[in-house]
Amino acid sequence: MASTETAAKDTARDLAGLEAGLDALDAVRVSRTPVREVLVRKVLPPVVAVVLVLVVWQILIWAKVTDDYKLPSPSLVWGEVTDAWAQGTLLGFIWTSVSRGLLGFLLALVIGTPLGLLVSRVRLVRAAIGPVLSGLQSLPSVAWVPPAVIWLGLNDRMMFAVILLGAVPSIANGLVSGVDQIPPLHLRAGRTLGATGLRGTWHIVLPASLPGYLAGLKQGWAFSWRSLMAAEIIASSPDLGVGLGQLLEQGRETSSMSMVFLAIILILTVGIAIDLLIFSPLERWVLRSRGLLVKN
Amino acid sequence: MATTTLTKAEDRTAVGHAARIAHVSKSFGGPEGQQLVLDDITLDVAPGEFVTLLGASGCGKSTLLNLVAGLDRPTAGSIETPGGRPALMFQEHALFPWLTAGKNIELALRLRGVPKSDRRTEAERLLELVRLGGAYGKRVHELSGGMRQRVAMARALAQDSQLLLMDEPFAALDAITRDVLHDELTRIWRETNVSVLFVTHNVREAVRLAERVVLLSSRPGRVAREWTVDIDQPRRIEDTAVAELSVEITEELRGEIRRHGQH
Repeated sequence: MASTETAAKDTARDLAGLEAGLDALDAVRVSRTPVREVLVRKVLPPVVAVVLVLVVWQILIWAKVTDDYKLPSPSLVWGEVTDAWAQGTLLGFIWTSVSRGLLGFLLALVIGTPLGLLVSRVRLVRAAIGPVLSGLQSLPSVAWVPPAVIWLGLNDRMMFAVILLGAVPSIANGLVSGVDQIPPLHLRAGRTLGATGLRGTWHIVLPASLPGYLAGLKQGWAFSWRSLMAAEIIASSPDLGVGLGQLLEQGRETSSMSMVFLAIILILTVGIAIDLLIFSPLERWVLRSRGLLVKN
Repeated sequence: MATTTLTKAEDRTAVGHAARIAHVSKSFGGPEGQQLVLDDITLDVAPGEFVTLLGASGCGKSTLLNLVAGLDRPTAGSIETPGGRPALMFQEHALFPWLTAGKNIELALRLRGVPKSDRRTEAERLLELVRLGGAYGKRVHELSGGMRQRVAMARALAQDSQLLLMDEPFAALDAITRDVLHDELTRIWRETNVSVLFVTHNVREAVRLAERVVLLSSRPGRVAREWTVDIDQPRRIEDTAVAELSVEITEELRGEIRRHGQH
């Protein structure tokens, strides 16, 4: 009896050891890139590209390919930046537009998310408005500016309406495609664990669709920003304050090409900065934590 | 239906059953006509019993498991699982990649209604049970195939169901890992006293694990024959007794498959 017991213990220890060995051999090693390598590989190339563009720009000025009022020199545009900074208006222009854009985007998020969930989960709703929703994405949001002005007047509400019409379809469609890409196995596994109905939506469907949803948010932000700029350029009124779009329009009205350039560069910079600071890290974090970001 | 005497199993039916499948049929069909997949299946799983369902492709063994799991409804007949909703393990680990190994188990505990304060300890106990004590914070993609299936096993056990359904859970693993997981499954089954209904097309695996092997015929699936496996645990897949019974069952299985080529 005693011998069978020790034999059983031996096999148990044997099994544990065998298993530990297998685990060690099979375990997937995940390593992160060192900071220096990231700097050299990811930060250096775009910086070099920007510098190259500036150099070409300056060469064009020196070669006098066109008149000053058509193509201002980089230093003229830089002077415009320092002037606006000295007057304390630069951050005001940016903040007016960014606050509008982000508020509109958050509103679009609040509306687009349940809408996307409804379209993806309820067959009848999908049949009814699914095609319209994806069709709306191909409609340039600038087309909404004239009716929005007529319906709502020249005010912030009209700006938000244009942002929403641009961003809501992107966000909703992103979530729909995220939900469509959930492996059926995860849904089945969720159901066997008892995640049905709203609990299934919260614990399984939403987290599982996050990669597609984030892609939708990213596009939604791009659309928000674009729609807002279109609205600001077309609809300028003293009540609206001066955002980047109005700055651009002012530059055109006063024939100040350097101001136009300043506005364009700022619009571009803000769009890239928000994407780089908020959406890209978010997306990378989600993909990396799921093992979907594999280094080659 | 040829059934060998089942004294042990008969004892158990007296105290109830973990699953009672009674005259279950299932057909799938479109407009072109119905296709009968399962035909009049009757099968009891006793509490604490380990049953393997064996059959060639197209015998509807996965379909039967889905019916028992409640993921689908039978066309005719009834299925009772008095121990509540059965736990189900798939061929793929089906772990959620947005959660760590530990959190996957905690989600199952949460959906079962375990209070938040107890979840962490219970999840760690279950990981310990499958010998993955250090894997709590590991992401799914950081685990090997065998480790993933063990976490999936822990998650299934977290449901605290009296019945564990397993749909070829080791089929995608390499032979060495599969062998080790057979030992683990036998150990865990004896420690937890859970009933297991295990689907496979691997005869040796069926004999290695089960107290009772049920052979299904194909198209439509019917219970063709049953064997009680009277070999002492712990068994090894290369044991002579396992091999001998496997040969007998394989002969029968081949006979079932051959019938389909004749018409």
